[in-house]
Amino acid sequence: MGLLSLAIWVPIAFGVALLAFGRDEHARGVRWVALVGAIVSFLVTVPLYTGFQNGTAAMQFVEKGSWIARFNVNYHVGIDGLSLWLVLLTSFTTVVVVISAWEVITERVNQYMAAFLILSGFMIGVFAALDGILFYVFFEATLIPMYLIIGIWGGPNKIYAAFKFFIYTLLGSLLMLVALIYLYNKSGGSFDILSWHKLPLGSTAQTFLFFAFFAAFAVKVPMWPVHTWLPDVHVEAPTGGSAVLAAIMLKLGAYGFLRFSMPIAPDASHEWAWLMIALSLIAVIYVGLVALVQEDMKKLVAYSSVAHMGFVTLGFFIFNELGVSGGIVQMIAHGFVSGAMFLGIGVLYDRVHSRQIADYGGVVNTMPKFAAFALLFAMANCGLPGTAGFVGEWMVILGAVKANFWIGMGAATALIFGAAYTLWMYKRVYLGPVGNDHVKELADINAREFLMLSLLAIAVLWMGIHPKPFTDVMDASVTELLRHVATSKLPLP
Amino acid sequence: MIDKLSWVAIYPEIVLLVMACIIALVDLSTTDARRTRTYILTLLTLAMVAVLTGIAANDGKTVYGFGGMVVSDPMGNWLKCFATVALMVTLVYGRPYAADREMLRGGEMFTISMFALLGMFVMISGSNFLLIYLGLELLTLSSYALVALRRDNAVASEAAMKYFVLGAMASGFLLYGLSMLYGATGSLDTNEVFKIIASGKVNHQVLVFGLVFIVAGLAFKVGAAPFHMWVPDVYQGAPTAVTLLIGAAPELAAFAIIIRLLVEGLLPLAIDWQQMLALLAIASLLVGNLAAIAQTNLKRMLAYSTIAQMGFMLLGLVAGVVNGNTYNAQFAYSASMFYIVTYVLTTLASFGIILLLAREGFESEEITDLAGLNQRSPLYAGVMAIAMFSLAGLPPLVGFYAKLAVLQALIASGQALYIGLAVFAVITSLIGAFYYLRVVKVMYFDAPVTASTVSAPRDVRTVLSINGLLILVLGIVPGGLMTLCAKAIVATLAN
Repeated sequence: MGLLSLAIWVPIAFGVALLAFGRDEHARGVRWVALVGAIVSFLVTVPLYTGFQNGTAAMQFVEKGSWIARFNVNYHVGIDGLSLWLVLLTSFTTVVVVISAWEVITERVNQYMAAFLILSGFMIGVFAALDGILFYVFFEATLIPMYLIIGIWGGPNKIYAAFKFFIYTLLGSLLMLVALIYLYNKSGGSFDILSWHKLPLGSTAQTFLFFAFFAAFAVKVPMWPVHTWLPDVHVEAPTGGSAVLAAIMLKLGAYGFLRFSMPIAPDASHEWAWLMIALSLIAVIYVGLVALVQEDMKKLVAYSSVAHMGFVTLGFFIFNELGVSGGIVQMIAHGFVSGAMFLGIGVLYDRVHSRQIADYGGVVNTMPKFAAFALLFAMANCGLPGTAGFVGEWMVILGAVKANFWIGMGAATALIFGAAYTLWMYKRVYLGPVGNDHVKELADINAREFLMLSLLAIAVLWMGIHPKPFTDVMDASVTELLRHVATSKLPLP
Repeated sequence: MIDKLSWVAIYPEIVLLVMACIIALVDLSTTDARRTRTYILTLLTLAMVAVLTGIAANDGKTVYGFGGMVVSDPMGNWLKCFATVALMVTLVYGRPYAADREMLRGGEMFTISMFALLGMFVMISGSNFLLIYLGLELLTLSSYALVALRRDNAVASEAAMKYFVLGAMASGFLLYGLSMLYGATGSLDTNEVFKIIASGKVNHQVLVFGLVFIVAGLAFKVGAAPFHMWVPDVYQGAPTAVTLLIGAAPELAAFAIIIRLLVEGLLPLAIDWQQMLALLAIASLLVGNLAAIAQTNLKRMLAYSTIAQMGFMLLGLVAGVVNGNTYNAQFAYSASMFYIVTYVLTTLASFGIILLLAREGFESEEITDLAGLNQRSPLYAGVMAIAMFSLAGLPPLVGFYAKLAVLQALIASGQALYIGLAVFAVITSLIGAFYYLRVVKVMYFDAPVTASTVSAPRDVRTVLSINGLLILVLGIVPGGLMTLCAKAIVATLAN
């Protein structure tokens, strides 16, 4: 079994094992097993980075074996510069999420931990899959644990949120399934994604495929105007669920654009780039403004996620190296930052049981250590240089200006809104005099929470100060992708 | 003259018939309320029959017997094998339930269900329209009796009555259609009819007229809309153990007669019956999925779900012949076969859970009766969740590959109309996902009404766990079963 398979199946194996634990009297043991499982899964992914060959666009750590012979479906996995960091981000986030749930989750602990570990394996599977059906299976399978996570451990309106999440994302992906089967028939019976990249396709077919993929990925990202499920789901989901959703699940959609839409339907991608750019700009600017007026912290961060993911899709569809790499860097950065933001809100919520900004004020007085972390993440969220948030946004804006000054201009204004809503929230929650009795009684973070936030803080700072390891691995793949997208696949007349 | 091969062709049927009679006699001397002796004897017989048909199926040989009246081919033998296993599982799940309701008195349940199975076998291996019809009647008459097994129960009696009246009408349709076909072609042998129609010497209009009746009769039997009216009432009214008996294994036989009648006998008329099936499929997908949302009764919801699932299965049969060309046929028909086999597997699990939760005087029929099942028993909640997600068509469960195969068959036809049908099927199954999810929601998100844990006899527990696991394992490695279905269909089409 290769390294990549281990990365996929180790967390799933641990998760399934946890399910056998039964009732909550073993909660202590369950937590430790889950932590060991998460750490082992993370350690398994580390050699993927250390053993990764920079400077080539070829797939690495490839494993291939026949899976469903009848349909020529293969168990075919591999990673390149586009997916490497997403795999690491996933296994890293899982460790943090397990720590975050340590004493917070007291009911059905084994199922909670199992759901996250299994989810982690599925998501790595999505990033590693090179076979259309394998990709689809992992992509869809992620819905099951997430649905249960929201529905079992969520807030008061959890059932509505769980259904909305499930039905919205399922609608998109079912149309993608039709597209996958269509490509299978077009290519003469192959589900190999890489071979689809070379398939000549007419313009009608490309348009159809582009929009079928768009349905799946735009909902997942989510792009404006199909983003409405995200705030609802975030508000109801438990802390860990929100963190994983924002940090990784949204990236499944963005990754799909890179792996499917752009290389398979390049002509349609160019033709419809204006639409993608327009929707991205609306997400960046309009949704940024919407975030400004939120009174619920989770909702605010959720809208801010939509705006930040707008940068990602904007970067992709301006088709230059800076833009695409910037988009990918932004994906990773947003993974760290939004994960941290949601976990921070979770820390407050565990103590006060409210997410309303108005219920806080002056938290810095009672929780100085926590407020320091929160400040760092807030700064990263508005894209301060030296933090992870800066690198990606800066690259995307630079790329956008190169393509068209006004697009760059529009994207840049978003930085102002981003700073506005983040800092304003920070001011209202943390600064000023102690707001009420609840805040007065707050205890600062304990060692566990300190550890969890430190891990993320290190990641955020490291990526902000030294982004080279992130950009180096993706250079060759991005160049190759762009070269590919620049080549028309319309059959010659 | 005795043709040795002929007896080989109906070997399992003979075993079944003889043993059913012996078991009926043995049962006379049984006083045990749970009928342990009869039960074990029945299971042993069925196991033996399953092995016999399995061996025959594995041989991959096609044998005609009794002057072409019966055929023993891989498709038929596999379907017989699966139907037998499905019946075994049904009896394991259903025995505690039936015993609690005094339905085992006199042991009819075991013997009648064996005769029902015999009916299915005759349907599956019939190569003559009349014989197929006889098998169908043997199955349905047994089913009527089974539904009415609780004769003191008004609901069950009403269900039996409805089932009987509507069923008799459908049989009439089918018989009328067959007689017209006989009038036009002068033969009842499927292969003979095929040749005569293919020669083009028969008046097309008469054939199509007969075909309408045949398809209507078949649609009733599989419960496709708009001939579905009996399904919800009978599913709900029948004792749950019997619901499973008439809802699982017989679907395999129903699929077999569709293949025997429409494909083996009437393939030259494919253009005509494909259109009819397409309309039935569209109606079933719409009616089944939409009506299921409104149900609060679990059995009724599963009945509408069956209608929708049958609609999806029919879509596979629609895609067989494209522009008079049969290159797509083996993919399309094997997709349908895979669909029906996995559907039966999933149905067994979901009804198994309902039967398990039903206690004396408490039927566990409402969806809300499942509330908080996860807290009471994570294992059974897990099995039910797997079944529901599979019916909704979510990977990595086997229901996904069933839908995938059918959609693939539709899209491979390259016809814009069929691609449209695929998109339609996808959208309706999204609606379907909603009500399957609701069952999961009730089990996992709602608080339990009682805190008592769920207990089950060991045999039920074991079989149910294997059943659930199989849905998952076949979802991870579906290749073997798919290939099996494909080979079986190829062998059948080759004749």
